[in-house]
Amino acid sequence: MTQLPDSTDRKLGLVIDLDTCVGCHACVISCKGWNTENYGAPLSDQSAYGENPSGTFLNRVHSYEVQPEEGAAQLIHFPKSCLHCEDAPCVTVCPTGASYKRVEDGIVLVNESDCIGCGLCAWACPYGARELDAAEGVMKKCTLCVDRIYNENLPEEDREPACVRTCPSGARHFGDFADPDSNVSKLTTERGGMDLMPEQGTKPVNKYLPPRLKDKMEEIDILAPLLTPVAVEPKGFMAWLDKTLEKI
Amino acid sequence: MHPAPSVIIFTSLSGLGFGLLIFLGLGLPLPTGITAFIYFALAYVLAVGGLMASTFHLGRPERAIKAFSQWKTSWLSREAWLAVATLVAMAIYGAGLVFYGIALAPLGWLGAFLALATVYATSMIYAQLKTIPRWNTPLTSLLFVILSIAGGALLAVQIPIALALLLGAGIIQVAYWIWGDQALYNSETNMASATGLGDQGSVRAFEPPHTGTNYLLREFVHIVGRKHAAKLRIIALILMILTPVLILSIDVNIILILIAILVHTAGLFVSRWLFFAQAEHVVGLYYGKR
Repeated sequence: MTQLPDSTDRKLGLVIDLDTCVGCHACVISCKGWNTENYGAPLSDQSAYGENPSGTFLNRVHSYEVQPEEGAAQLIHFPKSCLHCEDAPCVTVCPTGASYKRVEDGIVLVNESDCIGCGLCAWACPYGARELDAAEGVMKKCTLCVDRIYNENLPEEDREPACVRTCPSGARHFGDFADPDSNVSKLTTERGGMDLMPEQGTKPVNKYLPPRLKDKMEEIDILAPLLTPVAVEPKGFMAWLDKTLEKI
Repeated sequence: MHPAPSVIIFTSLSGLGFGLLIFLGLGLPLPTGITAFIYFALAYVLAVGGLMASTFHLGRPERAIKAFSQWKTSWLSREAWLAVATLVAMAIYGAGLVFYGIALAPLGWLGAFLALATVYATSMIYAQLKTIPRWNTPLTSLLFVILSIAGGALLAVQIPIALALLLGAGIIQVAYWIWGDQALYNSETNMASATGLGDQGSVRAFEPPHTGTNYLLREFVHIVGRKHAAKLRIIALILMILTPVLILSIDVNIILILIAILVHTAGLFVSRWLFFAQAEHVVGLYYGKR
């Protein structure tokens, strides 16, 4: 049934550090690599080397320019995948029961053999976390690498989502938000981890750490007092020329 | 939202079909024999044809039967149940009229109620979505329901009722447009809340994730079609409301009624096209689009 569980035993999810992300897209590639070869239908591409390439991705990295009131604009790289919401609207709209949220760890999954590809869950998701695969006709989404995190055939250090394992800048963290002492809970508290679109009422589990405010270097210039200041106001012929040109 | 022809045809035609079933169920008109057969056949062609069209936008239509399982939470599932219940109830009621000339009135009322509930369930599939502020309003349900019964009245040749309902539908349609144009802004979802970066400054989409397009942009971001929205709104009102009202105010005969129905249906398609094409999904904000 696509009723959401009242509560889940654990709340597995990601913390994404917008201060640290360098926008290399390695998480996108490792996600596609792992998930096209393992659980469920492959993530197909259409016309991958043609004129209009397009494909299914479970994780995409946007880049935003943020212009503060004062100072230089900042470029923020912004990876986005399923947030495994506590109040996941994608689950309750599903007519077949293919979409569900697991009671044991809170992961939102799609049972692909039940999915009719109606797309309503993708309509209900405000984050664009779900994509209908054009080749398979079923809905694909982030599984939090459910086939890695519990996989005893993998060495222990590999039992985390592929995106987290591969991130070269340490911008992605995986853990249990239900445990207040977990790495992800601590990071969220320390750094003011935030929800995306809180007004949509989805209660996302994944948290984003806002970029730290840039500090300012105090200007120290030991040579400045020794230099003659550059004249701001023109004099003589240049002053006349300036005035005349202003008048025209 | 991408205005998929299958969904536009489905919601428009099945709305008309179920609207006609509402009036047949209420005994307005109360035909028997071959006339009853024609009325019921028309209603079933529209309702069932619309439902068939809706399966064309499925990725896996062969599994469509599974959509009946989640009626506790899913409006799509509830719609499927209500549609089947309506069609079964009205088939028995219709058979009574066609073959025996008997009106099983309580069954007809039940069928009419179920048909109304089906249209409401269809509308709630859209109205429930917080992600599409323009749809997330009771006005959506009101619009779907009144258009369905107005069209049904027209098909059932209940001219005075049809005229009143058409004018009512016109008012609700205009109200829906006026309210809808402010819906995204009033929803408080914007690029600042989408990225959580609003506190730091003004946010602009700098680079999309990929140079090419993707499923999300194809499905949810439809900008091209909105260019002529204002003109199309006027065309929709003229075809869907004004022309049928004008024609049927002058005179009522079979030819004029047929023309009114065809013109109304054409207008309904335009209105439903706009319903999808103008709807902004908040995911567009991540791409700096709406």
